[in-house]
Amino acid sequence: MEITSIAPWILLLPFLMFIFLGLTAHKFSGQTSAKIGTTAFGIVAILCYYVAGRYFFGNFSVLDANGFEVFNKTGEIYNQITVFNWTWMQMTENLTIHIGFYLDPISAMMLVVIATVSLMVHIYSYGYMFEHGHFDEGMSRYYAVLSLFSFAMLGLVLATNIFQMYIFWELVGVSSFLLIGYYFFKPAAVSACKKAFIVTRFADMFFLIGILILSYHTQTFDFDQLNADNAKHVLDSFSITDGSRGITFLGFPLITIATFCIFLGGAGKSAMFPFHIWLPDAMEGPTPSSALIHAATMVVAGVFLVARLFPVYSFAAPEVLNAICYIGAFTALFAAIIAVAQTDIKRVLAFSTISQIAYMMVALGVARFGNHESELGFTASMMHLFTHAMFKAMLFLCCGCIIHCVESNEMSKMGGLKKYMPITYWCFLIGCLAIAGIPIFSGFYSKGEILTACLENGYTAIYVVMTLTAGLTAFYMFRLFFHIFHYEENPEYATSHHKPHDQGWQMTLPLIVFAVLTVGFVFLPGFNNAITATRTYMEMPTNWTVEGISIAVALLGIAIAFFLYYKKNEKPANIMAKCPALCEFVYNRMKIDEIWYGITRSFIFGVICKSIAWFDHNCIDGFMNLCAWITQKVSLETKDAQSGNVQQYVWVFIMGVVTIAFLALY
Amino acid sequence: MIPVQFYLVISTLLFFIGVFGFISRKNLIGLLMSIELILNAVNINFVAFNRYLFPNQIEGYIYSLFIIVVAAAETAVAIAIIMNVYRRMGNETVKSIKELKN
Amino acid sequence: MSEFILLYFVIIPLVMMGVLYLIPGEKKNAIRYTMAGGSALLVALAAYITIGFFEQRAAGMTQPYLFTASKVWYEGFLNIHLSLGVDGISVAMLVLSSVITFTGSFASFAIEDKAKEYFLWFLMLSIGVFGFFISIDLFTMFLFYEVALIPMYLLIGLWGSGPKEYAAMKLTLMLMGGSAFLMVGIFGIYFMSVPEGGVPTFEMVELMKNVSTYMPIEWQHVFFCLTFVGFGVLGAMFPFHTWSPDGHASAPTAVSMLHAGVLMKLGGYGCFRVAMCLMPQASADLGWIFLILTGTSVFYGAYSACVQNDLKYINAYSSVSHCGMVLFALLMMNNTAFTGAFLQMLSHGLMTALFFSLIGSIYGRTHTRDIRLMGGMMNIMPVLCVCYVIAGMASLGLPGLSGFVAEMNIFVGSFQRSVLAFEEGNWMFLIFTILACTSIVITAVYILRVVGKMLFGPIQDQHHATLTDANYYEKVAAFGLIICVAAIGMFPSVWTDLLNISLPNLVSLFADKTIVAPF
Repeated sequence: MEITSIAPWILLLPFLMFIFLGLTAHKFSGQTSAKIGTTAFGIVAILCYYVAGRYFFGNFSVLDANGFEVFNKTGEIYNQITVFNWTWMQMTENLTIHIGFYLDPISAMMLVVIATVSLMVHIYSYGYMFEHGHFDEGMSRYYAVLSLFSFAMLGLVLATNIFQMYIFWELVGVSSFLLIGYYFFKPAAVSACKKAFIVTRFADMFFLIGILILSYHTQTFDFDQLNADNAKHVLDSFSITDGSRGITFLGFPLITIATFCIFLGGAGKSAMFPFHIWLPDAMEGPTPSSALIHAATMVVAGVFLVARLFPVYSFAAPEVLNAICYIGAFTALFAAIIAVAQTDIKRVLAFSTISQIAYMMVALGVARFGNHESELGFTASMMHLFTHAMFKAMLFLCCGCIIHCVESNEMSKMGGLKKYMPITYWCFLIGCLAIAGIPIFSGFYSKGEILTACLENGYTAIYVVMTLTAGLTAFYMFRLFFHIFHYEENPEYATSHHKPHDQGWQMTLPLIVFAVLTVGFVFLPGFNNAITATRTYMEMPTNWTVEGISIAVALLGIAIAFFLYYKKNEKPANIMAKCPALCEFVYNRMKIDEIWYGITRSFIFGVICKSIAWFDHNCIDGFMNLCAWITQKVSLETKDAQSGNVQQYVWVFIMGVVTIAFLALY
Repeated sequence: MIPVQFYLVISTLLFFIGVFGFISRKNLIGLLMSIELILNAVNINFVAFNRYLFPNQIEGYIYSLFIIVVAAAETAVAIAIIMNVYRRMGNETVKSIKELKN
Repeated sequence: MSEFILLYFVIIPLVMMGVLYLIPGEKKNAIRYTMAGGSALLVALAAYITIGFFEQRAAGMTQPYLFTASKVWYEGFLNIHLSLGVDGISVAMLVLSSVITFTGSFASFAIEDKAKEYFLWFLMLSIGVFGFFISIDLFTMFLFYEVALIPMYLLIGLWGSGPKEYAAMKLTLMLMGGSAFLMVGIFGIYFMSVPEGGVPTFEMVELMKNVSTYMPIEWQHVFFCLTFVGFGVLGAMFPFHTWSPDGHASAPTAVSMLHAGVLMKLGGYGCFRVAMCLMPQASADLGWIFLILTGTSVFYGAYSACVQNDLKYINAYSSVSHCGMVLFALLMMNNTAFTGAFLQMLSHGLMTALFFSLIGSIYGRTHTRDIRLMGGMMNIMPVLCVCYVIAGMASLGLPGLSGFVAEMNIFVGSFQRSVLAFEEGNWMFLIFTILACTSIVITAVYILRVVGKMLFGPIQDQHHATLTDANYYEKVAAFGLIICVAAIGMFPSVWTDLLNISLPNLVSLFADKTIVAPF
């Protein structure tokens, strides 16, 4: 099969599915829609695997815009190829928005990630939503939005130009909004979906401004042109040379402002501090969609964006990369600390997601073009993206199974579930080991590389913070794990006639697939063959000191968690009693949400909006009413002249005639 | 021949008597009579000027005839209105028809 | 009569008025179907004109206006012609107007009280709108403009709700005030632009040449201000926008649709056609004054909408914001911004019409428009609510719907202009462009506030639980508009091509003008 003939279907099929399922939502039962949607996405997934497989291992060529044949590989170097590029809208002479299909190692990898996670979530949701029973009618809607999301996410990673990315960026945002607000009758879900949309929208505004600045100076949206030849075009357009930072704005180099704005867009989607506030609340959505959107795919869009523009960042704006890694490091630690104090299992996972995405950001932030050591961060970041997508999706799906049985998100309602749900137990354990960074499991490799990259590039402070975070990660994940599966069994289970149990095959199959991927990651072809900054084979240095320390820290974290939470005891409560204020503070997410609410509710709504509305009502409207009032008053006063007394009129008339005659004569 | 000034003085006097009457009378019939005086002042002017300026033409006479006819018709209408006002209001002073509404 | 084909846009509604007059008022269904049929005819005519326009252009006809026809109307003291003609911009506007008239007729099916008279005035309004877009003679244009304004008073005053007399009076007086400015401006242009030894003219094509050649620049400044303010009042320019919230809130559904959907577009269209294209130099010199006002409208409307509780007020302020965006983009004077402005007119017209039709349907059931008193509507009337969410998404600029393409063109165009100005040391353009960009966030805030409060959440009022969902004519209105919104959003190049047939010539008027701004 020709790549050019199947590539369009990867985008079209999910989109058509969205339209179809959306229009037939009231005609089909939920199960029918689910089956249609899953089958269709199965086909899409096969196409994705096929395209990615051909790209990495096969050999094919497409024609580029000038009619030249471009191969997927030249020697050992993977090429960036544009499979097709439809013109969508011409904006100015040079700026045209295309909708296209761009293949390079990272987008091919993302194809695999999206296809796998999305397909598994499609299958899992069938069990989750259907057996959940009470909300069958919404299932068609759910599958329609899943299709929309898959379409948007595929379009995002396959974007040939930054504007296409922005278009699909907004679309993933809205599908996330729709999925978070799936249980729209629950007030918490409503406020969560609003919050998610508005926060990411706020960040998108910066993204848009960044695009505007960048495209104004470079006169192009195309990634190909922006990235080509070590971002030469960008350097030229902003007249950046070795000695000068080019065009400035208010004393700042303009390129720094532009790229930082673009990063802020990414920070919004990827929940970097201080835009992270929406992600924990987004857990109000159905758990499978949390696994897909808020753990595996959409939230890494920001990482993907920075990776996509990596040459631009690395050559034109290295100071922004510095900022990214500091923001990332702070976010990682901050989210990990908050995760320790959360009691809602999905919230713990949400903060852990924030923390892990921050790892990817840090890895990108410390990377630069140059040599193998300096480029290591890029590969490490992409690797972590992949591994994290798999094990975090699995953890979320496990949570889904647990919540399904326990019908609560609160840790206190759980405990001793091991004997009831063995499959979930083992999968969850694998996920926890992976995220903690224990050898053999996938997370170990990617996290180790990230830490190595930090240290080798001289970011020692960041290395220390990230290692500390790794320990915290191990601790809070195993706290979660022991609390759910060991600790003290909730006495309700034994007496309940709905004993907790492993779910049907639709729900366990995805868990097993992800578990296999997490354990079998070492057997996958090495990421350093293709997914590198230079798109060719790269030596991956292994620093055994770093690895050793990270394993030790992780084991320490696990040990503390074991000590505190394996069996029910008073130790955690005693520790918390020592500093209740701090615990409270951390449990309330360090009050960051309150600060945001303070700014938005009190300031923007309370001060700006209210005063503008007041001004409008009283001043502008008041002025118009005043005009009307004056007119009315004047006419009321002067209407007495219209007395109806004919003789008075004549008198005035004659006086007028005399006056005029007098004036005319003299 | 009587000089034209004599006619003009007569008509001016007549006109201002009419105007004074129109302004000062309270009675509607008096108003009507004052209007007749004003119209007749105009008629005198028409006839006099025609006679002195264009003795060979008759437009002035014709216009004064017109005015007389129209005045007669107008008087008929006005008397009818005044009769109605009197029936309604019980008097026929100018003040009583100040309010056109109701 | 084939050269007067454009006149059918006026004749069809006139004939419909005649037919409606003959139908007895009790036969409501006959009246409704006449309206539906006639307005469908208008849509067909608009489609025919669009296709014909493309074909004639493809056949190589390059004059600025096609389908032109001219007939002396009054030639004494004033030189008035009935001149008709369309270019790419007015074709787009005709399509918009016909679609909204069509859907508006369906949305008016619910009117029971004096339906015949209502539709007669409604048709009068549409005659004014269509006439305005097809005429290229300033006087005829002004005439139709007035024809469109007057029926508003009766439509709001008789069929409206709430404080309708106040709203109708306010709206009519403010718009009439605007048209007083406009009349002075138009006659000023007429009398002051006479070539030596020539006759004054109202013809747009000749005026475009005459005004900039023969009219002293000081007078151009005066008349630019007069005409821009005159049309700006209708385009809801700050601070002349206050008729819009009250007027829309009180107007019946279809009138709100036609008014926000089409009539407000008359403002932007007129600002462009009359004020700017006739006096490009003056618009370059004085554009900054109006840029401040329109830039203010953009975020002022958006922020005001955030704290309103009445659905119609929210959408009226949102209209202030979006129409401000239209005028704002027009004043940026480059091709991209113009394209964006006209796309925004189309987009705003369609989605606001959609909003108002849905609000009308919801209000007709719940008898309240206060969002605090409603909740969980999604459970009760899913079709209407899904349509409302789609309209909201179009309004906040979701890609794939019309708002996005319009806003992106506006931002890219404005940004180009702002940076040019900035490089010359003028800050103003940049500041207002960035302020306009922030409005996309605020738009999201007020749209989601309504969606969250009214559509989502638990059912607030148990009396609402038994209400019914959309009936067939509401579905026709809503789906028709959604299809149009999506058609623009997914295939924008059709519309940008249509606009770009005519825009480059007009853009060249402004190309050599220096940027003037106080700071």
